[in-house]
Amino acid sequence: MTVLIPREPNRRQVLRGTLGGAAVGVALPFLDCFLNNNGTALAATGAPLPVRFGTWYWGLGHTPGHAITPKTQTSAGIDFLEETKALKPFEKYLNFYGGFNMPLDGRSNYTHFTGWVASRTGSAPSGNNDIPAPTLDLLIADQIAGNTRFQTLDMTSVGIPRENYSARSTNSRAAAEASPEKLYARVFGSEFIDPNKADFKPDPKVMVRKSVLSAVGEQSKSLNAKLGSADRARLDEYFTSIRQIENQLDLQMLKPQPNLACAIPPPVKRDGDEQNMPQGLEVDTVVANHLIMTKILSMAVACNQTKVFNMVFSDNFSHMRRPGQTYTHHLLTHEETPDKVLGYQPVAFSFNCRTMESFAAFVEAFANIREGDGTLLDNTLIFAATETNYARVHSIDGVPIFTAGRAGGRIKTGLHVVGNGDPITRVGLTAMQVMGLPLDKWGTKSLQTSKTITEVVA
Amino acid sequence: MNRMTSRTFALVTTVGAVLALAACDQPAPPVAGAPPTMRLLSESQYRNVIADVFGANITVGGSFDPLVRTNGLLTVGATNARITPAGLEQFDRMARSIADQVVSPKNRSVLIPCTPTVATAPDDACAAAFFKQVGRILYRRPLTNDEIQSPVAVAAAAGKDLGSFYEGISSGLAGMLVSPSFLFSIDTTEPDPAQPGKTRLDGYAKAARLSFFLWNTTPDDALLTAAEKGALHEKKGLSEQVERMLSSQKIEGGMRAFFNDMLAFDEFSKIEKDSIIYPSFSAAVAEDAKEQTLRTIVDLLLTQQGDYRDLFTTRKTFMSGPLGRIYRVAVDRPDGGWMPYEFPESDERAGLITQISFAALYSHPGRSSPTIRGRAIRESLLCQKIPDPPGDVDFSLFNDPNSPNRTARERLSVHATQPACAGCHKLTDPIGLAMERIDGAGQSRTTESGAPIDPSGDLDGVKFVDAVGLGKAMRENPAVPSCIVNRMYSYATGRTPDRSEKVLLDHFEKQFASAKFRLPKLLHDIAASDALFAVTTPESKSAATNTEKDDKS
Repeated sequence: MTVLIPREPNRRQVLRGTLGGAAVGVALPFLDCFLNNNGTALAATGAPLPVRFGTWYWGLGHTPGHAITPKTQTSAGIDFLEETKALKPFEKYLNFYGGFNMPLDGRSNYTHFTGWVASRTGSAPSGNNDIPAPTLDLLIADQIAGNTRFQTLDMTSVGIPRENYSARSTNSRAAAEASPEKLYARVFGSEFIDPNKADFKPDPKVMVRKSVLSAVGEQSKSLNAKLGSADRARLDEYFTSIRQIENQLDLQMLKPQPNLACAIPPPVKRDGDEQNMPQGLEVDTVVANHLIMTKILSMAVACNQTKVFNMVFSDNFSHMRRPGQTYTHHLLTHEETPDKVLGYQPVAFSFNCRTMESFAAFVEAFANIREGDGTLLDNTLIFAATETNYARVHSIDGVPIFTAGRAGGRIKTGLHVVGNGDPITRVGLTAMQVMGLPLDKWGTKSLQTSKTITEVVA
Repeated sequence: MNRMTSRTFALVTTVGAVLALAACDQPAPPVAGAPPTMRLLSESQYRNVIADVFGANITVGGSFDPLVRTNGLLTVGATNARITPAGLEQFDRMARSIADQVVSPKNRSVLIPCTPTVATAPDDACAAAFFKQVGRILYRRPLTNDEIQSPVAVAAAAGKDLGSFYEGISSGLAGMLVSPSFLFSIDTTEPDPAQPGKTRLDGYAKAARLSFFLWNTTPDDALLTAAEKGALHEKKGLSEQVERMLSSQKIEGGMRAFFNDMLAFDEFSKIEKDSIIYPSFSAAVAEDAKEQTLRTIVDLLLTQQGDYRDLFTTRKTFMSGPLGRIYRVAVDRPDGGWMPYEFPESDERAGLITQISFAALYSHPGRSSPTIRGRAIRESLLCQKIPDPPGDVDFSLFNDPNSPNRTARERLSVHATQPACAGCHKLTDPIGLAMERIDGAGQSRTTESGAPIDPSGDLDGVKFVDAVGLGKAMRENPAVPSCIVNRMYSYATGRTPDRSEKVLLDHFEKQFASAKFRLPKLLHDIAASDALFAVTTPESKSAATNTEKDDKS
């Protein structure tokens, strides 16, 4: 269970790295105003640069021995092997976390499900659709997502809206945007306000919309008296959603600050009508959709439309496939005969390579957007994870995780972090602390941890 | 919903027969019930309600948050579903679009019951008349004065700000369409005069349960009027309404929704076949495959009043042009429509599981899958849970490069040698292999990789030689009627049946059998039972516990 400590640790404790007599590394609950002291404010306005958080998901892990050379202790430098070589140019932005385990306390390893749930919620699921706690992106969004249009932007390049690994609970899981066109329309459509446009005239319909939602919220409060406790909680979540839309509308009534990093991307246009647009799970289509969505998302982040995002490159059972082949990526990991000379399953491996190439493209998109004195990636933390280490045997110990970006200077990069069998939740805990959550521990049972990965905290 | 205009007469006749049987029935055993529910409208319910209230020409665009399949049904998942910020954003966008269409110059004269004094200013009286009228259907009960005045005030303010009566109406209506009173079907209760100290669903909540169960949409005026008069609390009044609803054409839409859910046909939204391996399979084939199965079900169970178990053996179905290319059947319908079709006795197609829908849905994009098909039969049609595969399976035996295995049967034989696999695969594979003469796109074949396909097997000890034989074995399997009774009751109540309700389910099953497994009888028994409406007081049984139970089932 997530535990929020009632009071933040005092600054002296934090700076000393001690709390309660034990060595800990609770990160400073960074506030945006600190950034001014670091000289990373926007020159144009003096406003601090926001720090963003996002996840990037891929299915089916790595090919052991051909992705990242293992290390015995945490140190600078990541040895990218053939499967991950596309990431080499971005090493200075990346950390790799290997050797972290996923103890389940006797619970089953629900294949291709337990892995992502445990690393994102800190708890092992008790069934193959059980999401026992909120995913870390939503905990972070609760902390930092104010003053943007979208609390989170969730998308998937596999064309299936339900493939979203962000959820508040089993029954509270948003659909991901599965179409680049719809993603573009949602972000940069008629409701987008260009921050760099000289003239700004609030749309009177926006105020009307807000009054409509306020009236609905007020009117609906009386329902609480008719409901049991579980349904009251569901209604509360509805009211929270209403308030978030009201906040979005408030923002649309104000002229946004000029933002030199924000350049509206051109509308998504592809050959043919919508019916014939490439969809589906052919790997080239997935890669193409991912690239288009990445361009939209990175600019949405730069334009301060959201501070939290979730991108699913491939689903947890990775149904990606090549045209004319009877085996999907997932089937290949189980049934493709390993090549005796190479020592791995060559076709499955090729899917993994395409996956890492796409992750590199994702990182590059954020690195290419100038923001303040640096890049958008400097002010972002991307948590990139999968659900298994070696898909062929469904192993969940040693599930690989990358982080990309420097989170506004709060995290060191270029490191290979060695877990030595510690719970994988250390990575999530550290990411949340870096993003300003005043947590002293995270997770349940053997997945609970209070050990920050101090080596990466700047 | 108007696909079979000729069926109404047949239904009326049959409902009469059903009621004659009902008169001889033993009373259903009492049940304690469960806490009142708050069910999120499904996508199809949302669309149906909008079509019922404003007409089918109103476009509903946007996406819906996914529901969690619980006890085999998304409908049960809706009982615990929450509205996320992104989900509400979608509902808000849909609401504004629908409202704008309703007040458009094209539609306003039909959908708004009055004309404002001037179109450029608010008109509270006209607005109140409109909201009172549509609100009763949208909220499934009469609106309170406050509930009418709230959108009227919104419409007045917006109408003044925007200088348009109709834009004001649009704003008020958009608000109603994002209200939890619309998006959730909320059980409301009242003291039960027959059992002092206890509560019962009020008439409107009963009407909503009936309507979403049988019609998959909001109650109509007659049902709400019956609720208003208290008729649904009386056996006679309830039975009259159930009879009327079963005789309505809307029952077809309701049963389509049920079987769409039970057969997990929502998965068609992501079906994909490799165009090189299966060049004949297209989006049109997928759409028609689903429609073929639903037409077969509706025709056999509602129009013909047939035995539910015959769904697994019937050779009668309907054929379209795109399907004809897969089945290799000539379809003489130049208009692209459907025609009745009966597979000849010599054909290996008989029953739902041999149709393209089932075969293609439960396959991979480029190959069939006996295991997935077998699991689908066990879980969807026999209500038997197959455990998930263990996480530590040794796949090395499957990866033998020197293996001579050419057919799925040969490949899957490895499962029998692995104790960790054998337990479950002996439940799935023998029945899945029976369908191997239908490939991953639903096309017939007799060989795989040049080797002949052996489709023989057994279902719970009953041997068969092919998929037709499997269908016959299923027809006689007691789990088949038991499963649909469980699913239908679960669908109607929106929850997983409690163990204490086994006696009730046994009763429904017995009645179903005595009526020769005719679906209208089962629908009538559930719809007219006290069990459908039985509720505990909201806090007398832990709602959280109930939620947990449903989530884990």
